[in-house]
Amino acid sequence: MSENGATRIIRTDYLARVEGEGAMYVKVDGETVVDVKLRIYEPPRFFEALLRGRSFTEAPDITARICGICPIAYQMSAVRAMEDACGVSIDSGPLRDLRRLIYCGEWIESHSLHVYMLHAPDFLGYPGAIEMARDHGDVVRQGLEMKKAGNALIAMVGGREVHPINIRVGGFYRAPTKAEMRPLLEPLQRARETALATVSWTAGLDFPDVTCEPELVALSDPGRYPIDLGRIVSGRGLEIAPAEFGAHIVEEHVEHSNALHARIRERGSYLTGPLARWALSGDQLRPLAAAAASDAGLERGCRNPFRSIIVRAVELVEACDEAIAIIESYEEPDAPSVEVTPRRAVGHGATEAPRGMLYHRYEIDEDGSILDAEIVPPTSQNQLAIEEDLREVVQRHLDLPNEELSLRCEQAIRNHDPCISCATHFLTLTVERD
Amino acid sequence: MAEHRPTVAVWKFSSCDGCQLSLLDCEDELLLLADRVQIAYFLEATRAELSGPYDISIVEGSITTEHDARRIQDVRRLSSVLITIGACATAGGIQALRNFADVREFTSLVYASPDFISTLGTSTPISAHVPVDYELNGCPINKTQLLEVIGAHLSGRRPRIRAHSVCVECKRRGTVCVTVAHGTPCLGPVTHAGCGAICPAYDRGCYGCYGPMESPNTASLSARMAELGSDEVDLVRVYRTFNAGSEAFSRASRAHE
Repeated sequence: MSENGATRIIRTDYLARVEGEGAMYVKVDGETVVDVKLRIYEPPRFFEALLRGRSFTEAPDITARICGICPIAYQMSAVRAMEDACGVSIDSGPLRDLRRLIYCGEWIESHSLHVYMLHAPDFLGYPGAIEMARDHGDVVRQGLEMKKAGNALIAMVGGREVHPINIRVGGFYRAPTKAEMRPLLEPLQRARETALATVSWTAGLDFPDVTCEPELVALSDPGRYPIDLGRIVSGRGLEIAPAEFGAHIVEEHVEHSNALHARIRERGSYLTGPLARWALSGDQLRPLAAAAASDAGLERGCRNPFRSIIVRAVELVEACDEAIAIIESYEEPDAPSVEVTPRRAVGHGATEAPRGMLYHRYEIDEDGSILDAEIVPPTSQNQLAIEEDLREVVQRHLDLPNEELSLRCEQAIRNHDPCISCATHFLTLTVERD
Repeated sequence: MAEHRPTVAVWKFSSCDGCQLSLLDCEDELLLLADRVQIAYFLEATRAELSGPYDISIVEGSITTEHDARRIQDVRRLSSVLITIGACATAGGIQALRNFADVREFTSLVYASPDFISTLGTSTPISAHVPVDYELNGCPINKTQLLEVIGAHLSGRRPRIRAHSVCVECKRRGTVCVTVAHGTPCLGPVTHAGCGAICPAYDRGCYGCYGPMESPNTASLSARMAELGSDEVDLVRVYRTFNAGSEAFSRASRAHE
């Protein structure tokens, strides 16, 4: 209780328009925010435990089920970690191109969903995209059409949109034929046009003038925008292989959350995702996306989390453009996968899920049985940074009535497209005042 | 509003969100559906909420906490029709693997402070807690089937969803049998149709994500897979995935322990 008795507790028990279940708790004492917690109460599902004793070949199918929004990210980090353990690397050639291609599909699907269905309603003042569609039908329909192009790409390469079945350790079960690829081009070309329009449209939204401070962390893949592999780098000099993740980043378990919180040893919170990728690898974008970002006035090193919607739009251009390039030059590989023989080893895999870096580590036995598994999803890496944003938002807007303040807080959380099934989900907000 | 539009609520329990995402993946139909029904509660899509009762509740996820065991009772009370979607809601999902293990050990493997975690020792389907009007299988569900189920309930008829095996779908699709032609182990003969027999069309065996078909002969299939080289460990694993909690697959896996 503060001296003037003005203690405010702001609590949101279910957060809407995020993927999963989470809640928010803010405590204000007088004019000071004293406590901020993003609670993740998505019930624990114990993936790391249930993977023990399973075959290394099962990891991509099982870990896909951590998240229905970004299953390909889970499959890709899993297969890279298993291949690393077995001494195999697919770092170039048609199999890697196919992996980039299906990953582009997931970026298109997930970013379209976030930009149009989850995030845009905050800027235009609607509770959700369905309500927004009554006044902005064309906007929502174009977002859905772009999303559909991403889903069609995933379904063709992966077999289906959610939990694709074609990704395996070593490559694919079956490589698509050129004839199967061709019908994807036209919808992707239209999606690329929509993505370009989305960049200018999002750049014209109203943004509060805020900055976030955490260290930005992303993969780095010289010559390409980081998606499917790379070294882990940061704006403050971190530059490590995925195998060194555990030496530099620790996960902590705190009482208020079912997600583990990650922090960089000795420095603290960090942020992964679009802002980090753009700050650290913006110069690796293909010319079309680079020009779109420049025309939109998107500044390199932008640290305003609200403006991440523009970065996602730029990444939509990049993903459509790269997908088209891969399809146009596609030659069917000689074999859909390479042989991967298990051995007693530890392997690491890190890839860029649409919402941030996703790290997997497995220890496997010589028969391929999983002995130990560790999975660090983007939302648990971003959780401390999101809490810092919340603290800032509440501190700046203490004068707002509770309802409006709650909405601002929810928006601050949605800026980071948290996936609560991976680590957290939604907020319902109740505010208590003394 | 001139006419009464039926209210639809979408609820989430322990799950990956992929099945409710299937509703948002109906890119061509979503806005039409939103015209025909009133989306009364769907947190993944909107902050707006209408209080119940609801004409149709769509439930994703399994029950893994005391809190959720109470919450599903409230959902049932508020709903005229309750439809479960996906393997979590109809069979307990991949998280039902805890039913074959010690959940305390699971907790301490994942969390440094197991005391902070509140969870049940089992993951159970919705039907273990409340009466369910319709169960749609799949990990994930097929969005076309979801629209069919919603449409059927709106017009008061039975959904046209077939309970035969994936084998029938392969025949219909013209896919050569991966077991007969290549000796690839495949759960198709015992697995509920609905996916469209995707895996065999991509040169891999079905892994049973739609759960057991009506009266599956798992013993016969297990014997065939053993002839093809699957050992006892493989046979436990193959039945113990996303529908491990279903009675037929649970029994089939225990037979090889």
